[in-house]
Amino acid sequence: MARYDRAITVFSPDGHLFQVEYALEAVRKGNAAVGVRGTDTVVLAVEKKSTPKLQDSRSVRKIARLDTHIALACAGLKADARVLINRARIECQSHRLTVEDPVTVEYITRYIAGLQQKYTQSGGVRPFGLSTLIVGFDPYTDKPALYQTDPSGTFSAWKANATGRNSNSMREFLEKNYKETSGKETVKLAIRALLEVVESGGKNIEIAVMTKEDGLRELEESEIDEYVAEIEAEKAAAEAAKKGGQKDA
Amino acid sequence: MMKPDMSALETHFGAPAGEDCGLLFDVDDSSMPAMEFPNCPNFDRFQAKTKDMVKNKRGTTTLAFIFDRGVIVAADSRASMGGYISSQTVRKIIEINPYMLGTMAGGAADCQFWHRNLGTKCRLHELANKRRISVTGASKLLANILYSYRGMGLSIGTMIAGWDEKGPGLYYVDSEGARLKGNRFSVGSGSLYAYGILDEGYRFKMSIEEAGELARRAIYHATFRDGASGGCVSVYHVGPDGWTKLSGDDVGELHFQYYPVQKTPVEQEMVDASPSTA
Repeated sequence: MARYDRAITVFSPDGHLFQVEYALEAVRKGNAAVGVRGTDTVVLAVEKKSTPKLQDSRSVRKIARLDTHIALACAGLKADARVLINRARIECQSHRLTVEDPVTVEYITRYIAGLQQKYTQSGGVRPFGLSTLIVGFDPYTDKPALYQTDPSGTFSAWKANATGRNSNSMREFLEKNYKETSGKETVKLAIRALLEVVESGGKNIEIAVMTKEDGLRELEESEIDEYVAEIEAEKAAAEAAKKGGQKDA
Repeated sequence: MMKPDMSALETHFGAPAGEDCGLLFDVDDSSMPAMEFPNCPNFDRFQAKTKDMVKNKRGTTTLAFIFDRGVIVAADSRASMGGYISSQTVRKIIEINPYMLGTMAGGAADCQFWHRNLGTKCRLHELANKRRISVTGASKLLANILYSYRGMGLSIGTMIAGWDEKGPGLYYVDSEGARLKGNRFSVGSGSLYAYGILDEGYRFKMSIEEAGELARRAIYHATFRDGASGGCVSVYHVGPDGWTKLSGDDVGELHFQYYPVQKTPVEQEMVDASPSTA
């Protein structure tokens, strides 16, 4: 099998593109990221690994804005992310220029996925080592949307999804606990999913909330701490209720 | 001292007589194929003259306007090559797709080809994005293409009219790269005459029949005064459900509809004079 993983453009006998699968491994080592779609809100929450003391944390933003109504978070190689985000930003503006209309979330996702696919079928290049979560509002229907792309270039729409480190446990949590939410409840659901795998606390989580009216808003550390405190309180209350039930029995 | 060999610089081209670019020589050497070589004092002026000769003067009249029930698009149907009328039955309103129309003024081939091409692009946009392209987007696609061919001799003066989510839309796009949004446009050699009728009779609130009649009248008057316009007047209406053809009338018949023959006083005299006198 070792012979088939050198060149990206070579299939293995059992139909694998090993370079793409290794790229997915790189994604699995990246920071955890969660996206949740509500009825009027979309939320992106990303794990922030502890910043070194001397580093200016403002220069390490994990959630990127692609246009006034579209945002992107990713897991994997951050340098690759920069390149992809720049190309996506240019495409958003180019679309505005050629048809005088903003892009739909589906269009820009298709573009990014197409770009990732191109790099799995060209000579002399390697695939992008990242999966992206793209959120935004459709400019025509005003509906929120969440999409995910991966290094192979496939994309699909999701109600809630996770990628990066421990994404399986986060996805399991979301599958168990997902329900249609709006506003703050959507934010809480995203945080709760992320807290399954991340140390609790505002300085370990970066959250961006997007609404139709206010666009993209990054939450302050203090706000995140408030949410976390609420969630912890709810959890404690649920535990107490369970224990109380047991005592009676 | 050797004389440099200038034989390669000598030209031996015969030329047809009578061209006004000032050809200086007239060679009898009939073995060479005849080619018009502009060996004239002012090469730049020659270029400009040739371009002018080739440039179609847009012998046509087309108009379009927005009113409260949608867009009316109307055009004549004459094609002329200088003083020769090559056709009286040209379809100058091109159906890009069921809810968008384009008009033709300038080079017929250019207009037809690029409108068909625009139709293809609009369809691809629909398939890729699962929604119809807006009139704004379609006109921008065309304008960008025409701009990239600027200076290469395309001659297109077109109006893109349609109905999309934002309502009725009308854009003027030409081969110089201009793209203008507006409520009333008329394009072609007869446009001045059409504007006279159109601007005078236009009101935003009209019924579809009134608007169609206004357009018909405006084109008719242009065909009356402009030699390069004539044939039939086609009038289309674009509404929320797409376009429909309202009418197609021969201008000769329209003339007598608008101005029926009046018996002149002289003829009356002749009639009275005939049996009784003599």
